[in-house]
Amino acid sequence: MSNENSRNFKSWPVTIILTVFSLPILVMYLYLVVDTFTNTEPGSLIPNEFTFEHWRFLWETEPGRVSIWTATLNTLIFASVMTALVLSVSLTAGYALSRLNMPYRRFFLGGVLTLHAFPTVTLVIALFIVLQMVGLYNTLIGVIFIKAALMLPFGIWVMKGFYDTVPWEIEMAGVQDGASRFMVWHKLVLPQIKPGLIALGVFSFLEGWSEYVLPQIFTPDADVQVLSVYLASLIADDQNFDFNLFKSIGLFYIMPVIVLYLLFQNKLMNIYGGGSKG
Amino acid sequence: MRILLDKFTKKFDDTVVINDMDLEIKDGELMALLGPSGCGKSTTLFSICGIYQCSGGRILFGDRDVSNVSSQQRNVGVVFQNYALYPHMSIYENIAFPLMVKKMDAAQIKKEVHAIAKLVHIGDLLERRPSQLSGGQQQRVALCRALVRRPDVLLLDEPLANLDAKLRLEMRSEIRRIQQETGITAILVTHDQVEAMSMCDRIALMDEGKVLQVTTPNDMYHNPQTDFVASFLGNPPIAFLEGEVAGNQVLLNGSQLKVALPSSIRQPDNGTKVRLGVRPELVGTDRGNAVAGRISFIETQGRENLYDLTLDNGAVLRSIQAVRSDISMGQTANWNIDTERVLVFDTNGQRLL
Ligand SMILES: Nc1ncnc2c1ncn2[C@@H]1O[C@H](COP(=O)(O)OP(=O)(O)OP(=O)(O)O)[C@@H](O)[C@H]1O
Ligand SMILES: [Mg+2]
Repeated sequence: MSNENSRNFKSWPVTIILTVFSLPILVMYLYLVVDTFTNTEPGSLIPNEFTFEHWRFLWETEPGRVSIWTATLNTLIFASVMTALVLSVSLTAGYALSRLNMPYRRFFLGGVLTLHAFPTVTLVIALFIVLQMVGLYNTLIGVIFIKAALMLPFGIWVMKGFYDTVPWEIEMAGVQDGASRFMVWHKLVLPQIKPGLIALGVFSFLEGWSEYVLPQIFTPDADVQVLSVYLASLIADDQNFDFNLFKSIGLFYIMPVIVLYLLFQNKLMNIYGGGSKG
Repeated sequence: MRILLDKFTKKFDDTVVINDMDLEIKDGELMALLGPSGCGKSTTLFSICGIYQCSGGRILFGDRDVSNVSSQQRNVGVVFQNYALYPHMSIYENIAFPLMVKKMDAAQIKKEVHAIAKLVHIGDLLERRPSQLSGGQQQRVALCRALVRRPDVLLLDEPLANLDAKLRLEMRSEIRRIQQETGITAILVTHDQVEAMSMCDRIALMDEGKVLQVTTPNDMYHNPQTDFVASFLGNPPIAFLEGEVAGNQVLLNGSQLKVALPSSIRQPDNGTKVRLGVRPELVGTDRGNAVAGRISFIETQGRENLYDLTLDNGAVLRSIQAVRSDISMGQTANWNIDTERVLVFDTNGQRLL
């Protein structure tokens, strides 16, 4: 694509304009990185010494605070278990909604769409009460369930879209070739929706990794804190406020996001393309 | 294997698409299901292979009633209109898939795939992906995949619809060759009468969920039972003249022109309204009954020309003749109709014999 385009119009004016507008953001990111490794005199812009002290949180834990690694592990568990849940349910529900002639199919479709647009915050009090009643308040499992449930309408809708692009005849051909419905799904349909599956997986993981509101409300305790909550508690602590420490942890927190995004950016685009091309 | 549809009925919810259809396809025969769009050809085909459940009646393969047998157990090969190749697999894997499902061992699969690929002439394409093939090649792969399992029955749903004119000609004879070499019983769905006539042993002509006539292409062309059948076969199509019987002639409506009735038919009563079906090759012959008219249209077809002859009552006869330089548009002509071979229908469209 990009090769064909560049033959038809010159790309450098666009590149220049985009660079000019992105420059302030790039400079800010650069400062963020530089700041975490240096100290700067108050009032000055130029750093005057190089130091690792802002990254000390990696190897020592301040008293009264949970280790960064516990928080990281919690975030990892939260994001990946939630992703696994979303993927497995979307994969099956999407297929059912796209293909099976089940009763109330239209009702389900409408429901999924409505729930997708439902503001999360309005549910908070109800969810809080439910979690307390079943004893999952302040547990990772509880907040994983909630986040997964809220992600599902989106996931199901996306997967249904991908299933819809697989021609019906392909499945029928598989059945005629003697394969069971499950085998047809596994061997013939699944490989064709894999781009969608990967995109949804990465998307859910990133959503989970950056989720703040739900863990903040439902898992505030130190030992089940995720990184976003950990970071917030850092600002909330007025006693010994360390701005550079905050920046370092922030950088640490977004690094996996950037890496994942760089690795999968092409795949992520699929979600918006409806999945017609693998 | 013989296929028998016995009072077969198919409904979708409350719409009856096929009602009480009886049809027999003989062992080793290539039968065409021919009919206009929406008449239920695909529905019939998909019911035979088990994609649709019958709503009534029975479907028999040989003596086995398969009405309630699942698709997987019917042993039917299907070629879909858009070929439905598996895009993520190589051609080899596509063809091997039905055998793999059967858990055949790898060496055997390899042998079978190569044998069938050789028969269908795609032996050198096995490493490619479906997207790297032309339409005709994809068509061949779809045939291979349908045949590799040695099905009892081969079903083809408009297999040539997506091909260009030249390839269509080529694949027509290819499909026929492969069907004859394998001796498989096959049903071909099409709405193209040329395809049906040129490829098949027999044609079942359908309209609105009913089978109107089942016979050989030749017989269907020369002895159609209704005017619908007569108008469906033949290109350029048959022309109809309306009139009233007067003695052993037919007086055309709104005209003084008379056309003799064929001597072979039982003489209808005077005053009976009839429709005469006149095929283009019967106009402008050297015998029969002359009618006068004006040349209203000339279509060049290469070796032959098609002339439209408008009679004084506005009816249009078509005539196919070798290219003639003595005829031009607007000119009057006095041409013979070979009346012995004219088809006579009553006002309900039934053939009078
Ligand atoms: N799933 C369905 N639900 C309801 N009606 C259907 C369904 N499938 C087909 N029909 C109807 O049944 C009739 C026959 O359809 P079918 O697909 O068999 O036609 P066809 O002869 O194959 O036509 P074509 O040449 O256009 O493919 C049509 O009127 C169609 O609207
Ligand atoms: Mg059809």
